[in-house]
Amino acid sequence: MYTRIYKLMFPKEASDQPIIYRLVKQYDVQVNILRGEITPQHEGNLILEFKGEADKVRAGLAFLKEQKIGVELFATKVSRDEEQCFQCGACTGACPVGALHIRRTDMAVLFDPEKCTGCGHCVRICPVKAMNVSFDQLARVAS
Amino acid sequence: MSEFTVNKTYAEINARIKSGEAVVVTAEEMVDVVKKEGPVGAAKKIDVVTTGTFSIMCSSGAFFNFGQTTPTIKAAKVWVNKVPAYAGLAAIDIYLGATEPTEDDPLNKVYPGEFGYGGGHVIEDLVAGKKVFLEAKAYPTDCYANTKCKKELTLADMKHALLCNPRNGYQNYNCAVNLSEKTVYTYMGMLKPNCRNANYCSAGELSPLLNDPLYRTIGMGTRIFLGGGIGYVTWQGTQHNPQALRGKNGVPKRPAGTMMVQGDLKQMSAKWLKGVSIRGYGTSMAVGIGVPIPILNEEMAQFTGVSDEEIFTQVVDYGHDYTNGIQRNYGEVSYAQLKSGEIEVAGKKVATAPLSSVVKAREIAELLKKSIMEKQFFLSEPVDQFPTVDFSFDNSNK
Repeated sequence: MYTRIYKLMFPKEASDQPIIYRLVKQYDVQVNILRGEITPQHEGNLILEFKGEADKVRAGLAFLKEQKIGVELFATKVSRDEEQCFQCGACTGACPVGALHIRRTDMAVLFDPEKCTGCGHCVRICPVKAMNVSFDQLARVAS
Repeated sequence: MSEFTVNKTYAEINARIKSGEAVVVTAEEMVDVVKKEGPVGAAKKIDVVTTGTFSIMCSSGAFFNFGQTTPTIKAAKVWVNKVPAYAGLAAIDIYLGATEPTEDDPLNKVYPGEFGYGGGHVIEDLVAGKKVFLEAKAYPTDCYANTKCKKELTLADMKHALLCNPRNGYQNYNCAVNLSEKTVYTYMGMLKPNCRNANYCSAGELSPLLNDPLYRTIGMGTRIFLGGGIGYVTWQGTQHNPQALRGKNGVPKRPAGTMMVQGDLKQMSAKWLKGVSIRGYGTSMAVGIGVPIPILNEEMAQFTGVSDEEIFTQVVDYGHDYTNGIQRNYGEVSYAQLKSGEIEVAGKKVATAPLSSVVKAREIAELLKKSIMEKQFFLSEPVDQFPTVDFSFDNSNK
């Protein structure tokens, strides 16, 4: 299973096309809309999480390009407010990849941004809202 | 004639603190001291053991006297930053509870609710020096003519601010799992279905009441570290239950004793009082507490020498049993096992996560140790004891 976050930029001409419908229907890509905005008289932007088999996601991306939709690969970036965090450890039970983990020798709660996939489970769980998620551009998708 | 080999009084220990001779260690350090020296040796060597805990503690809140208005008011309904406070005390005395959400909070209508702000957050904002917005409504009387007031004020503007927590520092607590088939959001955190995670909440060997399991030295009038300031234990906490099942070391294996604590909020800091939001459950407050334990004799040395391997708790199902008042457990685990990151429940390995900060508990124990060694903090002898049970160590085979 392939999961990535993309920002799609819809030019004015594409605004009447059922693009996402076709993406789901024809390419069997699961989409989860994370953010959407339409600027009046301008283009529309969507931040979507794509989930599906890698081949299908790739075919879907090719389809988007045919339709002149701009595509950028995004990463959700999770950061920790060190002042706010009191190292209770609740997040370590929610983090699926061990980016938030406990150093057993002294029970310190550590955050390794390298391991973080940006799922945001910790943001929902943290009792003092020390975990924050933002969407950052990684790179323009290579053609 | 005392039953103990080592006998020290509070006055003797305080005299040693005053002269700079007192030997103070944290409850973590005491484990090794007792292992090496034995209880008698440790009692001769050590004067005070400091403990600490920093975790979400429901049954916390504060009394405020917010100052009079002109004309005067007898406030009947009061909100601070939209969080309702209880005003049925007098004219301008209120009690603000940590778990009270803002009045317009959607609660669990959008499940699981976020509970972004509540009484605990108001207290944190106040100790952080922030302005809060207070609104009051009242019926007029001849002596209190005002019917409403709105004002912005800081903690410094309050005539009186007393942190008053009716139940803190639970002596041991359940390890929570969820055996149902759907995720549950509890005060013990998010619990995945089919027992896929386990949450626990105690500082273990650093926790105050686990180091004085029979309440020999922690009682009415014990001076403590509270929320960054100095506070006092004023009574046994609500739900205090000395009868809970205990091990041979006297340490309860179930939630047992509790403390009611109070202290001047104006001395406290936002570092040690934090408003919290527990998804799907509500708001509350994390409270930092540290209790010094005088090593009056070898029994107190033996109590404070307790390690995570010797402290046990029960595994309780919060998916069905807890809510339905079913008294059942799925075995016992030690804090050493819980802190290893994995326990076994009904033959299945389950990952654990703490809700109580060991790092901060240790920091509190160290802070308290430092203030005692710097002669800033002296021990107080309780004026009365918590309800307890009979106990003595069976050291015959040692």
